[in-house]
Amino acid sequence: MSEVSLVVNGRKVSGAVEDRTLLVHFLREHLGLTGTHVGCDTSQCGACVVHVDGKAMKSCSMLAVQASGSTVTTIEGLANGADLHPVQAAFKEHHGLQCGFCTPGMIMTATDMIRRHPEGLDEATVRAELEGNICRCTGYHNIVKAILAASKTMSKASKSKAKKAA
Amino acid sequence: MGIEGIGARVARKEDKRFITGAGRYVDDMVVPGMKHAAFVRSPHAHADIKKIDTKKAEAMPGVIGVLTGKQLKADGIGNLICGWMIHSKDGSPMKMGAWSPLAVDRVRYVGDAVVVVVADTKGQARDAAEAVEITYKERKSVADAVDALAKGAPQLHPEADGNLIFDWGIGDEAATDAALKSAAHITRLNIVNNRLVPNAMEPRAALGHYDKAEDHYTCWTTSQNPHVARLVMSAFYNVAPENKLRVIAPDVGGGFGSKIYIYPEEIVCLWASKRTGVPVKWVADRTESFLTDAHGRDHHTTVEMGFDKNNRIVGLKVDTVANLGAYMSLFSSATPTYLYATLLSGQYNIPAIYGNVRTVYTNTAPVDAYRGAGRPEATFVLERTMEIAARELGVSPAELRRTNFITQFPHQTPVIMCYDAGNYGASLDAAMKQADYAGFAKRKAAAAKKGKLRGIGMSCYIEACGIAPSAAVGSLGAGVGLWESAEVRVNAVGTIEVLTGSHSHGQGHETTFAQLVNSRFGVPLDSVSIVHGDTDKVQMGMGTYGSRSGAVGMSAIVKALDKVEAKAKKIAAHLLEADEGDIVIENGQLKVAGTDKNVPWFQMALAAYTAHNLPQGMEPGLKETAFYDPSNFTFPAGCYICEVEIDPETGKTDIVQFVAADDFGNIINPMIVEGQVHGGIAQGVGQALLEGAVYDASGQLLTASYMDYTMPRADDLPSFQISTSNTPCPSNPLGIKGCGEAGAIGSPPAVINAITDALGHDNLTMPATPGKVWAALRAGTKH
Repeated sequence: MSEVSLVVNGRKVSGAVEDRTLLVHFLREHLGLTGTHVGCDTSQCGACVVHVDGKAMKSCSMLAVQASGSTVTTIEGLANGADLHPVQAAFKEHHGLQCGFCTPGMIMTATDMIRRHPEGLDEATVRAELEGNICRCTGYHNIVKAILAASKTMSKASKSKAKKAA
Repeated sequence: MGIEGIGARVARKEDKRFITGAGRYVDDMVVPGMKHAAFVRSPHAHADIKKIDTKKAEAMPGVIGVLTGKQLKADGIGNLICGWMIHSKDGSPMKMGAWSPLAVDRVRYVGDAVVVVVADTKGQARDAAEAVEITYKERKSVADAVDALAKGAPQLHPEADGNLIFDWGIGDEAATDAALKSAAHITRLNIVNNRLVPNAMEPRAALGHYDKAEDHYTCWTTSQNPHVARLVMSAFYNVAPENKLRVIAPDVGGGFGSKIYIYPEEIVCLWASKRTGVPVKWVADRTESFLTDAHGRDHHTTVEMGFDKNNRIVGLKVDTVANLGAYMSLFSSATPTYLYATLLSGQYNIPAIYGNVRTVYTNTAPVDAYRGAGRPEATFVLERTMEIAARELGVSPAELRRTNFITQFPHQTPVIMCYDAGNYGASLDAAMKQADYAGFAKRKAAAAKKGKLRGIGMSCYIEACGIAPSAAVGSLGAGVGLWESAEVRVNAVGTIEVLTGSHSHGQGHETTFAQLVNSRFGVPLDSVSIVHGDTDKVQMGMGTYGSRSGAVGMSAIVKALDKVEAKAKKIAAHLLEADEGDIVIENGQLKVAGTDKNVPWFQMALAAYTAHNLPQGMEPGLKETAFYDPSNFTFPAGCYICEVEIDPETGKTDIVQFVAADDFGNIINPMIVEGQVHGGIAQGVGQALLEGAVYDASGQLLTASYMDYTMPRADDLPSFQISTSNTPCPSNPLGIKGCGEAGAIGSPPAVINAITDALGHDNLTMPATPGKVWAALRAGTKH
């Protein structure tokens, strides 16, 4: 058993875990954060993507002990209180989800993708960068649309913020 | 159409919980005292179980129980069954081999469940499962259906001589033979429809809880049809009587057919819960899903299609061998028969058809309905044949189809179905226009300049949904009726709960069903809740599959709403001292037509429950129930066009455009319908280009993970261009046909027709991987 201590969705958490416990199982089973899903056992499907220290990470590919000391954001911590994150809002508006199982991972991947491309995104880039997330319901059509729309919204928002600051 | 009613592009009510991580799937459920199950599965495709030694496992940390098939049988748990009886041509019933939820003396496919271990944690259960010692004596195995029919093939079940489950026929063989004899041209081909793994993103899971004090069971399960699960587990598997068994299918992460069936694991979790005295949860890992979820397709077919000198089809003869795997899954017999061969007329006037289907046991996972279920196989047979025939006859693929389209309705085909409405030419025209079919030659020439091969292919599909009059399917062998139920509860404050036997696992019923209520009563969507997926809440239902929830499920809601409306109008008329016939419902008010006299909806509802002032003799309350039994199937149809560009150096196929023109009848929410089409096309393109379950000669599944089985990913697909036309379905009150499976049905032949057009020959099987296309480019003769 090992002690782990990390910040999850802004809250300090700690616990004793079996050494083999994956981060995803720590989040789901120890913290009850069941929004992060497990869709495979080969780190392929991306349903378990969370942000570790600000970067998208498949939480099935990391031990809980490796994440000790890190700051983790899960799908439950993405919205600002009652206000949806722009990526969440775009997935709803553009019907970027059906059964909802891959959705948390998709949204966490998309959020990171938009962060890494402040210059904006095009369809080919979005499709290429979704390589690590599998969806069986949507054919990706509306997921791509949602991510492109969120990217636009967020770049507008950051531009207007920058303007105000100037 | 109001802003929230039928036809409106309303964002989904259910989305909020999914996008915030608040969905509730089976694996998210926690019951006090809950423990975890792991299954010990057969590593062999075919073997006798000589000995099971559980001692070591029982002594492992955290282990609560290690249970075997013998104990399960001793407790009277029944075998799994196939619920649709098919008779062979000689009148004999299908040969159903015994399928015990835990194998007792023999295993028949890799993944067959043998022992279950229950332990404190999932890890402990798995560790202990590895410590169970099973001695097997291996038998020879067979994975391919044609091989399994050969003389001397290993035999799976004593009940089924030669591994043949049934040898079934449909249509008039003599008339078809005569028609083919008279034909000016016959197109012949052999077709393999590749085996697929459904791969809903949420793996199957079950949580069984036996409450000793109440002598009552609860089962949370990843099911598309919890009521059918309860019925079958009660009536056939002897788990518990229906009144002692509650089945809950909460949020379910996709199904595509694979979650229709009752599998061994949910039965075992319920039984193990009673045996061990603790709630037992099992969640499949992805490899278990690959090994044990019912697979789809896997047909070998020969086709002969005859044409007269005017290129009109005179006859069609089809011979199919369908692989059903090691055991007969719940509806496995219906898929390659009544869901397949009854669609062999396609969109065409074919005077004589004969279909022969032999179903076969092999040492592979059970095969059952997967998105489209029989109809993709029929469409692939017809649309590949039509394309090749056009090439052989030297006419354009569009013209050959147009020459043979059915244009008069109703149209009785020679294979049971009576098409009620359609306009196939309109879909073809729309698709060709959208794809700029006329401009293809230019695009092909431009691609050639870049060293690329460009091809275009079409597919005109028809399917039968909303399956179908209960009496009709009963006469064809179905063990259940295929109606749907609905209950509409108007609360005292006017909010509404709709209880439905349909189940939503991605289809958006919480939104579309509420849109229907909004259209009828003008109440806001937020005040309508859709309740489904729990046998304690909804009395009975048949679930969601076969694109039936709109055509059948919503029709039941319409019937219940009719009854609510009739009573509401009576109450309003009484309150307004008006004639019942003069009351109209508009914008959430019950009005006297042509006056400003009205009573708001909520006030009428309150009056129904205070019961202070109701019409003489009227019962208080406002709640109505209805069952709807369809009078016919519905017949969605359309035309898909795919254009590809192939790199001859690598064999890689890029889909440069994909056009879908569908006729789904009336549409409740276009946004949701489009989403269904997108997803269906992705699965169809997956079948055509990427996906295929491969067993090796010893019956090991080589494609048992996402490292080995190619799922379509975002960069494998283009954005789709889709449109709809509308010939309303005349047989249901909403005029809707169903849209859930069309994409998966129509797209595979369009893709393969496009690739073979680019290749210049037809010698290509699915999935058309770069390796196969590369080899085909170098091997084929031009057509």
